[in-house]
Amino acid sequence: MKTLSSPFLPVTASVGQVMRDVLIALAPGVVVYALLFGPGVLINIVLAVLTCELIEAAVLKLRGRALKPFLLDSSALVTGVLLALAVPPTAPWWIIVVGCGFAMLLGKHVYGGLGYNPFNPAMVGFVVLLISFPVQMTAWPSMHPLWDTTDAVSGATALDHVKTQLSLERTLSEIRGDTPLGLFAGRGWEWIALAYLLGGGYMLWRRTIRWQIPVGLLLGMTVIAGAFWAYDGDRYASPLFHWFSGATMLGAFFIATDPVSAATTPRGRFVFGFGIGMLTYVIRTWGGYPDGIAFAVLLFNICAPTLDRYLQPRIYGQRRDKPQA
Amino acid sequence: MSLMTRLFGFRGGLHLDYRKEMSTGTPIQIAPVPPQLILPLSQHAGNPAKPRVKVGDRVLRGQTIADADGFVSLPVHAGTSGIVSAIEPRPIPHASGLSAPCIVIDADGKDEALATPEWEPAEDINALDAQTIRDRVRRAGVSGLGGAGFPSFIKLAPGHPVETLIINGAECEPYISCDQLLMAERADEIIGGIQVILHTIRAGRCLIGIEDNKSWAIAALKAAAAADQRIEVVVVPTRYPQGGEKQLIQTLTGLEVPSRGLPLDLGLVVQNPGTARAVWRAIRHAEPLTSRVVTVTGSAVSHPQNFDARIGTPMRFLIDLAGGYTTPPDRLLMGGPMMGFALPTDTLPIVKSTNCILATAPGELRPDEDAMPCIRCGACQDACPINLLPQQMYWHARGKEYDKAQSLNLFDCIECGCCAQVCPSHIPLVQYYRHAKTEIWSEQQEKRKADAARERHEARLARIEREERAKEEARARKKALLAASQAAAKPAAATAPSPVEASASAVGNDDPVARAIAAAKAKKAAAPAADSTSDDPVARAIAAAKAKKAAATSGTAETDDPVARAIAAAKAKKAAANADAAATNTKRAKPSAADDERIAAAVAAAQARKAAKAAAAAQPQATTEADDPVARAIAAAQARKAAQSADASVPAAPQSSSATTGDADDPVARAIAAAQARKAAKAAAVASESPSAPTPATNNTADEDPVARAVAAAKAKKAAKAAAAVAPEPVPAAASETSAQTDDPVARAIAAAKARKAARAAGETPTE
Repeated sequence: MKTLSSPFLPVTASVGQVMRDVLIALAPGVVVYALLFGPGVLINIVLAVLTCELIEAAVLKLRGRALKPFLLDSSALVTGVLLALAVPPTAPWWIIVVGCGFAMLLGKHVYGGLGYNPFNPAMVGFVVLLISFPVQMTAWPSMHPLWDTTDAVSGATALDHVKTQLSLERTLSEIRGDTPLGLFAGRGWEWIALAYLLGGGYMLWRRTIRWQIPVGLLLGMTVIAGAFWAYDGDRYASPLFHWFSGATMLGAFFIATDPVSAATTPRGRFVFGFGIGMLTYVIRTWGGYPDGIAFAVLLFNICAPTLDRYLQPRIYGQRRDKPQA
Repeated sequence: MSLMTRLFGFRGGLHLDYRKEMSTGTPIQIAPVPPQLILPLSQHAGNPAKPRVKVGDRVLRGQTIADADGFVSLPVHAGTSGIVSAIEPRPIPHASGLSAPCIVIDADGKDEALATPEWEPAEDINALDAQTIRDRVRRAGVSGLGGAGFPSFIKLAPGHPVETLIINGAECEPYISCDQLLMAERADEIIGGIQVILHTIRAGRCLIGIEDNKSWAIAALKAAAAADQRIEVVVVPTRYPQGGEKQLIQTLTGLEVPSRGLPLDLGLVVQNPGTARAVWRAIRHAEPLTSRVVTVTGSAVSHPQNFDARIGTPMRFLIDLAGGYTTPPDRLLMGGPMMGFALPTDTLPIVKSTNCILATAPGELRPDEDAMPCIRCGACQDACPINLLPQQMYWHARGKEYDKAQSLNLFDCIECGCCAQVCPSHIPLVQYYRHAKTEIWSEQQEKRKADAARERHEARLARIEREERAKEEARARKKALLAASQAAAKPAAATAPSPVEASASAVGNDDPVARAIAAAKAKKAAAPAADSTSDDPVARAIAAAKAKKAAATSGTAETDDPVARAIAAAKAKKAAANADAAATNTKRAKPSAADDERIAAAVAAAQARKAAKAAAAAQPQATTEADDPVARAIAAAQARKAAQSADASVPAAPQSSSATTGDADDPVARAIAAAQARKAAKAAAVASESPSAPTPATNNTADEDPVARAVAAAKAKKAAKAAAAVAPEPVPAAASETSAQTDDPVARAIAAAKARKAARAAGETPTE
């Protein structure tokens, strides 16, 4: 299609580039993950990416869409990688395949494909797996670095361990030295989370994502976690622990920021992130699941259109007291 | 200048690849005069100019060849001497790609200027008053040279105190460098123009905003403005769209132009440096705007540069001056790549708002490609300098939910293109907004039309209802009247020696006029019978009266047309009168008149009374059921005359024997009726002989032209008078049956006036 009207300048940005920026930003986290927990994660990623791309191609074909632009946009790639990172590295192969199937079909293409999905596809796949196959989905290995020659063993994650032990009426100070806990959060996981944070910084610098969602999410989590921690530091984990445990950093920078399903106005994004942060803490602390990012993200995906509607920015030249439509 | 001005900046915006250095390497070249200049009559916002020259005229440089038409309009001047070879629609550089009227001048190569300019050059601008300056700027045809082309004189008459003049030298669009070079090379003229404008709008301060990538221009302007403390050159960051009026104001003052407002609301006026220079040339040198600086650039141009070119110069001429094309251009744009528009051909002329001609090589601009779906990344929102939600507006515009797009402040969009420029899905967002705006505009236009139609329809319904109600009331009155008259009526018989030539043939005809004429003839012809089937009380009253008085009756008129019936009634009356006079048969003028139904009805009633009196000896009768005021008025007028003549010829008729009771409830109408009755009575008393009168021509004026009717009426009057003078007859001589069926009130009023006068004239003639 010939450009009919201005602007005529070539555009450098592209959907593919946005997605590839996300992949680049994920790289440090993936590397640390593989180093600390073994190559299983890489196998999962490859399997997930292949499954997602295959499903994407098949569905595009069925829907009579052009294959090339949509396969090259790397969006299926990102979905696959994110899902693979959310699944335990020791999970059986069919877990990955089933998860990818739900993510791509139920999470994305039933709504019309790229750009039309109201929910984060990777989280749809993840939640289906978590609810349907809780055994496989909660069997996390202990940290087993590449340089460690002993066999890997499975063990509770930090979040899981803290939850269980607190229910057994132990205090946080008592369990501080337990195996699943590291320097300031989950053993091993704290470094992966730091690597995700690094990648998030890269995306902020590249302006692939805006600051409102990650900052809002971390702030929301800090506010509620900080309040309870200040109230009783022996029964409630610190904000720092929550930041670097579980999927907080992955969620803050890579999952909640999925543009298609997130809020889009600046204030809407902030509230969106803030709400996810708080809800995640609530699910972690009082809910039945060890982590809550996926549920919180999906629940706030539902709210995104409403947030956008009521949190519109004030436009140039409009009086400050004038209510928005 | 000494003060450091605090900059505020604007939100959003982009850093672009400016590519201005392509065209800034050479100074502005004065372009020679092309063989032909094509001057569109509409190069400015507002009404197109009106040509004042003809094809074949010789014109001189600086001569006004088309005048401003209306307030928001500007004249057009000849850019060189030559012959006007055509005044016709030609393709013009406009986004629509349409043609518009142009004056084409074949240059004679002499480039001869007017011997004396159309106004005086001013040595001392401070000696001129503001109105003179505005007038001269207008006569010079100066419009904003930045792009919008708004007539500059209007901005010189703000009608509102102006604190600061802002000169927009930001020139933020890629490729364009005409303002930059103009500021660098003609800084003194720009400063001169600024001083003229400051003087005119009585502003105390001028800020010249220039982006920091134009160091020569900054230096030149600073030097030129050094002597004037009021003028400050402010260097602003290079960021698109810094040159947007709203953005530059925000950067310089921190203020925001109100949504739907003007900079003037903030006490600001913004002008382009080129415009300031044009104002200077117009005032100081008495030069109309016949040339401007144009950037000719793009990778498809051999030597991109700026030209000071005559307005109307074909673009191709300038491209050839710049060395021609290096490669067949991929796209040809007017303006920059962010807000300019594509041109179909390079044969179009440059106009006052042409700042840049951009001919690009393949691959230089956006490739042809399909857009990807929106991924709601929000990059557009970040880039938007207005802080709109481009993405949401896009979804609504795409879904044709234009009202929702509008509620997201679509009309605050300045179409700068930032959103589309950053969209990773390459969606042509601005195109969607333009389309949505156009759709909304046309919808609003449709709505206005529909509203007007609905109002008309409602007014019509109200009128019909009013008339129905009036009819109902009249019916009730008539019933009462009928009862009364039946009690008193004793049918009197008399034979009418009238010529029989008439016809019932026309009855049933669809044309009311035809029916009226036919009916009238029939009645006149002999002694038609009265068979009243009418609804109208007045008409029925008349008919009843006639019937009573009438001797000879035969003939059933049952037309539905009120006019026709009224005429028929009137004719009948007249016939009766004539018959009674037993002399000659004459017809009379019967101008139509009625301003008001009630008046008409009352008059008719009064006449009817008289006619009844007159007919005491005679016998015509008519079926009248006029519900048309005009018709009734006609009837009334005729009745009056008839009554008068009847009275005149039969003085024996008792004046007091009005069996007809006036049923008009309008006092005015009754008064008129009474007055007429009196007059008629007097006339009757005076006249006693009854010689025959000539019968002047009968005008069957069925046309709706009031003038025609008036003329007819006038003729009738004159004829009446003449007849009266020639033969002292009791018969008023004027004979014109003007059947009127207009609904023009003016016409009716005129006719009414005529009718009254005619009646009076007739009445006062002693022959009656």
